[in-house]
Amino acid sequence: MTNALTTRRLAKTYGNGLTALRGIDLDVAEGDFFALLGPNGAGKSTAIGIISSLITKTDGRVWVFGIDVDVDFPAAKSLIGLVPQEINFNLFETPQQIVVNQAGYYGIPRRLARNAAERYLRQLGLWEKRNERARTLSGGMKRRLMIARALVHEPKLLILDEPTAGVDIEIRRSMWEFLRAINAAGTTIILTTHYLEEAESLCRNIAIIDHGQLVENTNMKALLAQLNTETFVLDLIEAVDTLPVLEQRVARIDRTTLEIDVTKDRNINDVFADLSAHGIKVKSMRNKANRLEQLFIGLVNGTGGGAENKR
Amino acid sequence: MTWREKYIAFSTIVVKEITRFARIWMQTLLPPVITTSLYFVIFGNLIGPRIGEMDGYRYMDFIVPGLILMAVITNSYANVVSSFFGAKFQRFIEELLISPTPNYLILLGYVTGGVVRGMIVGTIVTFVSLFFSDLQIHNLPVLISIVVLTAVLFSLGGFINAIFARNFDDVSIVPTFILTPLTYLGGIFYSIKLLPEFWQNISLFNPILYMINAFRFGFLGVSDIDLWISYSMICTFIAVLFYLCLRLLNSGYGLRQ
Repeated sequence: MTNALTTRRLAKTYGNGLTALRGIDLDVAEGDFFALLGPNGAGKSTAIGIISSLITKTDGRVWVFGIDVDVDFPAAKSLIGLVPQEINFNLFETPQQIVVNQAGYYGIPRRLARNAAERYLRQLGLWEKRNERARTLSGGMKRRLMIARALVHEPKLLILDEPTAGVDIEIRRSMWEFLRAINAAGTTIILTTHYLEEAESLCRNIAIIDHGQLVENTNMKALLAQLNTETFVLDLIEAVDTLPVLEQRVARIDRTTLEIDVTKDRNINDVFADLSAHGIKVKSMRNKANRLEQLFIGLVNGTGGGAENKR
Repeated sequence: MTWREKYIAFSTIVVKEITRFARIWMQTLLPPVITTSLYFVIFGNLIGPRIGEMDGYRYMDFIVPGLILMAVITNSYANVVSSFFGAKFQRFIEELLISPTPNYLILLGYVTGGVVRGMIVGTIVTFVSLFFSDLQIHNLPVLISIVVLTAVLFSLGGFINAIFARNFDDVSIVPTFILTPLTYLGGIFYSIKLLPEFWQNISLFNPILYMINAFRFGFLGVSDIDLWISYSMICTFIAVLFYLCLRLLNSGYGLRQ
């Protein structure tokens, strides 16, 4: 099967001498939900800019569904929908005008464009606001409007550059559901985000970029499996004055809260058994940190984070 | 893209442009009408009778063609420069850049928007001038072709200005320091035959002189410049500016990093 996206030796050096990408190779399979992560300035947005034609590459090649962008960029562009990081629509137009006009730029007749615009504005909860000026929309609505605009020409590859930045948790989760449904219907999605929980929850494959280089490119399960240790926070029924000596690290946050590391080779039941043996009764527990976050920090800092450092 | 898809993309840009200037008609359509009406009243009605005739015509009748064309020039230029720079500044030009719409259609779409605004303003100003002047049409095809070609030329000029502009000051520099002086010195208010020979020769370097004279020929049948020289000049400028605009768009200058 043809990849939705393939890049080889993709490189970019800006006019001011800044090298943002140092030859990255990416393979995103058709139908995938792919996370492209990295710290600020890692080169994620540059990569997305090159794929969507907003940034010109210095070197390397890009194929979108097998189409070489150097040979037929217009054909490749017609397969891509882009949700950029920053708001980039005319704030004096209405959501309906913005979405219908975007369809027009892809050669979609006005009647069909209006139907598609209505479908996506309704699905994204913007239909009631269709005739209001875009500048009056809330931050979350503006982000959803950019998703509707990116989908109106039914792209096969949807690229989202931090689509949920600044969006409250309720709307964020409804956007996740929407994106899952779009992906299930066959649209390949590439997502960059700073919410690692988002990437862990949505994506099947992941690439991590740092300083313009690929430091990890694998599937999410394999990556998370590299994590040797998970840290849990335990809320206790009764206060504990002295810490028990256990096989794993235990730390006290306060008299009724403990923090405990559980290595991959340990069974959580064994941990509870050890605690019970010391008279400690657990009321509730939660993960201290997002698992992907631990790995991410390890990979970009070169400390491993419980995972093997592949840089 | 098929030709039909290209036509849809082009018409989308044009409709968007027309909708834009129509929505803000108080800023785009009304001011030139008021300004030109003041010219008609002051120069035509109040000062004009004291000046007498120019090239055998009442002063008012002499200046009307130039004033109409000045409104067309400034509005077609202003429409493209403000619209395209606005799209660049607010970054919604990216909507077009990521689409498969070819660059030449983006250019044609914006230029058509500028031409339409120029034509609308020109038509309104022409109707207003009927209150002050017995406007006769000497040659309608010349009139229409010159006004459309002039609007195309200055729309292209506005497009280049917008590509190079980095802030709103850059948008107003060219109209203020280049376009307005060239227009005023392009023979709107006088025949260059009134000038000493040296300044007559200098005036021949002003491209707007050729447009105003050809347009005046369409109304009055008199011109300081041979008509075909005017057509050649305008068409040459259009070809050069169109090529430049397309080169700039294809290179991504000021638009793509």
